[in-house]
Amino acid sequence: MRAGWYGSGAALSILFLFPLLWGGYESFQGQAGSGQESGFGFGNYTRMAEYGEGIATYLFNTAAVSAMTVFGTLVVSTLGGYAFARFRFPGKEILFLATLAILMVPYATILIPLYVVLGNLGLQNSLVGLSLVLIMFQLPFAVFMMRNSFEAVPRELEEAALVDGCTTFSALRRILLRAVRPGLITVGLFAFLASWNDFFAPLILLSDGSKFTLPVAVVAMRERSFGAIDYGALEAGVMVMAVPCVILFLVLQRHYVQGFTSGAVRG
Amino acid sequence: VTTRTAHALPARATARRSLAWRRGAAGMLYAAPTAVIVVVFFLVPLVLVFWMSANRWRILGSPTFNFPDNYTKIPDNQLFLDSVTFTLKYTAITTILLSGIALALALSVQNARPGVGLFRTAYFLPGVVGFAAASLLFYAFYTQSGPLDELLINLGITDEPVNWLGTPNAALFSTIGMVIWRFAGFNMLILLTGLQSIPLDVYEAARSDGATRWQTFRYITLPLLRPTIALMLVLSITGSLLAFDQFFIMTRGGPDGTTVSMVMVIFREGFTRFDLGSAAAISVLLLIVLVLLNVVQLRVLGRNR
Repeated sequence: MRAGWYGSGAALSILFLFPLLWGGYESFQGQAGSGQESGFGFGNYTRMAEYGEGIATYLFNTAAVSAMTVFGTLVVSTLGGYAFARFRFPGKEILFLATLAILMVPYATILIPLYVVLGNLGLQNSLVGLSLVLIMFQLPFAVFMMRNSFEAVPRELEEAALVDGCTTFSALRRILLRAVRPGLITVGLFAFLASWNDFFAPLILLSDGSKFTLPVAVVAMRERSFGAIDYGALEAGVMVMAVPCVILFLVLQRHYVQGFTSGAVRG
Repeated sequence: VTTRTAHALPARATARRSLAWRRGAAGMLYAAPTAVIVVVFFLVPLVLVFWMSANRWRILGSPTFNFPDNYTKIPDNQLFLDSVTFTLKYTAITTILLSGIALALALSVQNARPGVGLFRTAYFLPGVVGFAAASLLFYAFYTQSGPLDELLINLGITDEPVNWLGTPNAALFSTIGMVIWRFAGFNMLILLTGLQSIPLDVYEAARSDGATRWQTFRYITLPLLRPTIALMLVLSITGSLLAFDQFFIMTRGGPDGTTVSMVMVIFREGFTRFDLGSAAAISVLLLIVLVLLNVVQLRVLGRNR
């Protein structure tokens, strides 16, 4: 019974890990006509690195978009979560509902007009514009999560500070921020994974090759190769995209699962 | 004495009111960034998409009002009609297979045992790989004569490499295989949170009443898990109806346009044919269907609570 459970569990684990391991192996494996003619080495990676504007550009773009999205999501959702958890103000319920309603609207439905809106704001083909859009898509989860985090903090903690003459902002900065740190890590992790990997939004909002993020650039690299596809370079590109996410997840796994148990997961 | 209280009361009330006003103003200030993002990048585009759908709106040039042309030409758009049938078929098959597999995985790792964490992590790990990266990985996995073919040839099932994306059905099921790989662990995790919220004494009671394993599952686990299963189904159905990356990247809509999803048609109308008005009209249609679906689903979920 027990042996059967371990046996099938191990077999399934291998099944789920196999495609990634295979891709990793193939990205180093030599093949005629690819960057790694024979044997085993980094040839596919150097071939891929030279594609288009150069991998450095795409890596920089992706990292910049991820950094802006994570930072922006953290700032906006911390302030918003604080407001929703601790303050009463006109329009509070409507704003909260409007934020959650983002989940109900299909990605494509909102990106078609966003293409026009960003154009009017002078943010067409801009990494900042893309990041603002990605922040918007993160807000339902992030604000919900941060509101719950603030609500879980006992009010006495900040009331003592407020009585001592602290402003609400310094109470947030000096006392509450430390108490909601697990929530912040969860929100940041979700925002990173979403922005690092997103394909549809950059595909629509970025038009200039020098602005492409990794997913769009690697897909374009495959489309550009006439005739035989350079699988080695393709697999190297997949690994560059996947490995940071896998490592980050393994390190912060507990916080990721936290996002699920809080019941705030959608999409 | 009376005059003093008469004076003091309104003063204190004013002070309290001004404090409340200040707290309210502070709250609004903290909520302001959320409000700006939601209004500028969500509500404005939401209104605009309806307006765009009522206009001849090319990527270049100024729009002209042409309601209801963008809508009346939808029934003539054969590509879109085909994509509706295809997307529904894909959604049905994916949702059934994905939920079944996710449920089996969740049940198999629900109890704490040594090593169970490793299995959970392994099943879930594909979920953190981006969907575009996963689609590219499986594109290579399927089209580069690779391990799958070797295995099948060695087992004597075929004697030549299989064309995994070559026929409409092969392309559909190869894609579904990738989607299950990518999302089974994700759905498993959702189900696990539901499973773990079932109180242990319910199981104890069932065991002391002599319930078999199947009876426990059928009459205790399944009913108590219903809200969580419903949530998983909503996520899976919504996600599948909006499928894009997997077909755009892995099958490229082929062979012969047999795997074109609805969102791919929206993309094509807007950014290949540069007709944003038409793309907006189809988007509005999709929005209405999904909101209705969500409302029905919320009703069902609400009834269960």
